[in-house]
Amino acid sequence: MKELICIVCPVGCHLHVDDKNNITGNQCPRGLKYGLEEITHPSRIITTTVKTSNPMMPRLPVKTSSPIPKELMFQIMDRIGSEIVTKSVKINDVIIKNVLDTQVDIIATRNLNMLES
Amino acid sequence: MERNEGEMMKTNLLVIGGGAAGMAAAVSASNQGFKILVVERDRELGGILNQCIHNGFGLKEFKEELTGPEYASRFMNQLDELKIPYLLSTTVLDIVRKDHFTVKCSSVENGLFEIEADAVILSTGCYERTRGAILLPGERPKGIMTAGSAQRYLNKDGYLVGKNVFILGSGDIGLIMARRMTLEGAIVHGVAEIMPFSNGLTRNVVQCLHDFDIPLYLSHTVTDIRGKDRLEGITIQQVDEKFQVIPNTEKSFDVDTLLLSVGLIPDVTLFDSLTLEIDPITKSVVVDQNYETNIPGLFACGNSLHVHDLVDEVSNESKKAGEAAIRYLKFDHQNKKTLMIEKNENVRYVVPQTIAYNQLEVEHVELSFRVTKKIAQATIQVMQGDEVIQTKKARYLAPAEMLRIAVPKDKIQSDKDLILAVKEV
Repeated sequence: MKELICIVCPVGCHLHVDDKNNITGNQCPRGLKYGLEEITHPSRIITTTVKTSNPMMPRLPVKTSSPIPKELMFQIMDRIGSEIVTKSVKINDVIIKNVLDTQVDIIATRNLNMLES
Repeated sequence: MERNEGEMMKTNLLVIGGGAAGMAAAVSASNQGFKILVVERDRELGGILNQCIHNGFGLKEFKEELTGPEYASRFMNQLDELKIPYLLSTTVLDIVRKDHFTVKCSSVENGLFEIEADAVILSTGCYERTRGAILLPGERPKGIMTAGSAQRYLNKDGYLVGKNVFILGSGDIGLIMARRMTLEGAIVHGVAEIMPFSNGLTRNVVQCLHDFDIPLYLSHTVTDIRGKDRLEGITIQQVDEKFQVIPNTEKSFDVDTLLLSVGLIPDVTLFDSLTLEIDPITKSVVVDQNYETNIPGLFACGNSLHVHDLVDEVSNESKKAGEAAIRYLKFDHQNKKTLMIEKNENVRYVVPQTIAYNQLEVEHVELSFRVTKKIAQATIQVMQGDEVIQTKKARYLAPAEMLRIAVPKDKIQSDKDLILAVKEV
């Protein structure tokens, strides 16, 4: 038995999931879909920052290009933590390709202009 | 912006603040034959969006889920395409209204200088309530700051402000920071909320707290703070329905950081030189349906008018304010005839607070409001005297969620004040 709160809409139904993945407590079909996904393969978009070598903008905000399995969140954070951006980038540019073989990229969520020296 | 020495900058419309509200107002006011200028005190446009690196923005405005910086960049691009000029690293010091507005500014590049404007939009955002505002007891060590400050240090400057964290207040910024600091390696020991329910979006309670097994202590507040130099620990206690602390409910946490997410207040304090009419609930200016204050030609929108839940709503409101400012420049807006908008006991505040009856220039007057408590099912009515001029049913109303009702302008009569009533069903 597991308890979840549905986040599809503001109603926030309390979902109950039994050992056979039967879901009750939802008031609409969207809750059923949400509950099943959360139980079988929960995934999240990670948003974080990457170090840069630009002192005016020491951090570049980034995100995963699509949701990644929830259990990989901390491993992916570790991988992103080891990266340093040293070149100018545009929004949506790939910073890390296929992070931890997830088929998901880490992409920039804003422009970064590196100072010409 | 080019300027000859000793010459005053002149513009038709001056937008103060280049965040979500100011950018949307400037974009909607452009291409109407009037000169627009945006002043921004930071060294880039975008305001608070730049440090809100999480996603969930833009579902209404752009029909897709964006992060804060992505949302800001969409509007920055629009400003560039429309060639709207802006001054960065420029702080407004004072506004004086005579025949027109004289706005005193300061920047490193230009020094002290003045801008003359025919109309001004205040889109200056809001600030966070601090420890002093909520009278937290205990010692005064370092390590106590607002959640927004910690967010800026982490997301823009790259500093994690602590390793063992407790958060007071379950507003969305507090919840977002609980997740953010956890992901960056800190241990978030818990979130305390004085109310019996969270003030944040359910989505954030689930994805920021439940995902990381961070406990949420409802009906709890911080009752002691310990630490000589750096924060060493805090105590929380349960409160009753009158917010009185219940003895023998103490829980202690050894933490080096306490983040406060205890409310936002519109930032209009800059403009003390203007005699602005203030709404004691929103703690900001009183406006009519054109977002015009009691001072002709002075408009307000976004979080400097009232604190919004979603940036999409800030953009939507600010576009209307920008269009209204253009109508002010085009038409004669003298001799305003004003109706008040009263509210019943279930309504905490309503914006606009007044209707300029002889300046009803758009088809619908949209009222934004919040309720005082959770209501499962309600009828929302706008009345003039005994006559109901607009009605709407709503479910699951909560103080944390802003509500709206649009009143067709043709239904508004000239002789009576309006009443917004939320009635429980």
